[in-house]
Amino acid sequence: MTGHEVDVRLTVDGVERRLDLDPRVTVLDALRDELGVMSAKLGCDHGQCGACTVIVDGRRILSCLALAASYDGAEVTTAAGLGTPDLLSPMQQAFADRDALQCGYCTPGQICSAVAMLEEARAGMPSHVSPDVADTDVDLTDAEVRERMSGNLCRCGAYVNIVQAIQQVAIQQVAGPDVAGTGGSAA
Amino acid sequence: MKAFAYERPTTVEEALGLVADGGTFLAGGTNLVDHLRLGIRSADRLVDITRLPLDAITERADGGLVIGSGVRNSDLAAHPLVRTRYPFVTQALVAGASGQLRNMATTGGNLLQRTRCVYFQDLTTPCNKREPGSGCSAVDGFGRYNAIIGTSDACVATHPSDLCVPLAALDADVVVVGPVGERRIAFADFHRLPGDRPDLDTTLEPGELVLAVEVPPLDFAVRSRYRKVRERASYAFALVSVAAALDLDGGVVRDVRLALGGVSHRPHRASLAEELLRGGPATPEQFRTAIEAELAVASPGEHNAFKVPLLRNTVVDVLTGLAEGSAA
Repeated sequence: MTGHEVDVRLTVDGVERRLDLDPRVTVLDALRDELGVMSAKLGCDHGQCGACTVIVDGRRILSCLALAASYDGAEVTTAAGLGTPDLLSPMQQAFADRDALQCGYCTPGQICSAVAMLEEARAGMPSHVSPDVADTDVDLTDAEVRERMSGNLCRCGAYVNIVQAIQQVAIQQVAGPDVAGTGGSAA
Repeated sequence: MKAFAYERPTTVEEALGLVADGGTFLAGGTNLVDHLRLGIRSADRLVDITRLPLDAITERADGGLVIGSGVRNSDLAAHPLVRTRYPFVTQALVAGASGQLRNMATTGGNLLQRTRCVYFQDLTTPCNKREPGSGCSAVDGFGRYNAIIGTSDACVATHPSDLCVPLAALDADVVVVGPVGERRIAFADFHRLPGDRPDLDTTLEPGELVLAVEVPPLDFAVRSRYRKVRERASYAFALVSVAAALDLDGGVVRDVRLALGGVSHRPHRASLAEELLRGGPATPEQFRTAIEAELAVASPGEHNAFKVPLLRNTVVDVLTGLAEGSAA
């Protein structure tokens, strides 16, 4: 009905950006093609692999299925916004410590997903493997981490170490959130 | 993706006006954006309803819940009243999709999601649901996921939702608004069987918007269970699923709710089994007799015949578990 471009404002990794976009442009396309933020990865472009996971207003979403216009005004955090090469966020550091990757393509999505997943667990979000969905006290066992991360595929199969890296951060957070906060605006 | 215009209304009235002449509602986008990209659907104008005030869950005076159609799946699953009063609703939600998708997908969108029939999603094959009159590839094709109840010559697709299975068991209402005003649709009347119009999934009229799902109180739903059987442990659609709530008086079934997923073009309320169970003994033998009677109408093909015993066994196991749980 109106013109072909939509005015979209996004705060990406702490920086305000303003874009005129074709309404078909997804958050993922906007990040990569318009803003040059390459840490969010294009995998299946289909909502099935999780490589494009970013954190929007504190929640993990799939940026490949999110039309940028619909997210006007949102605060987007990618893995690149969680830490820097000199000062990795705790989750990034844990992935490095535990060798939680091989090729690395799924890693930014895994890390964004894991950071937001720990927040969900802390808020008492139930999962498919929770023994009692009314229980808000989440014990991040291997089964819980695997279930909660099932939307992020790793075709290299680094799952064993990914689970350990996430549990390492979860334990650090319990030990002292000031020492081992999740870093970035998503904390 | 074909070009479309984009509108983002902030009131329901505005949204109805924008959708009236050829608009398509966009909510979480997890199904629609994928379909627009694949070419399964096209739209001239997307009317984004995510900024409408439809994202609240409120408690009715009678203890039931009003769930706004814009409530995200994750928020619905985690809501204190949902997870304590209707645990099978939370169980169904967290059995579906992934954490990321549940943060995006809405309650209304969950009701309106399209089938995952492989032929519906494959543009190179005929499909009466996607392209009316083109034929059904699934009837004589790969039939593992096909429906076994209420199929027609035109369509054998299943409804893919987990959430809708407990909602069917709960006798929820769907509150909708359209050009001629608001109306309530009983959940059993909301989704339809394919018949000769498999392109229509629901009884929604053109231009109507889902405002809310209303769930009446059901005391014994505190003892309820959703069990999903699928081909991998997580992040897959159901082969079959069962939503059940059981109310026992000693060893006798005082009341029961039972609905089945993965078997039909709509969530299947197992009314005959419920009727046979009420007033009878809460034993595995009785559960088996009741579900076998319900499934007598099933008409599976060669590839999906396994669904009948799979459903029977799952129902018996779920009801037995609920009976043992209440005895403890």
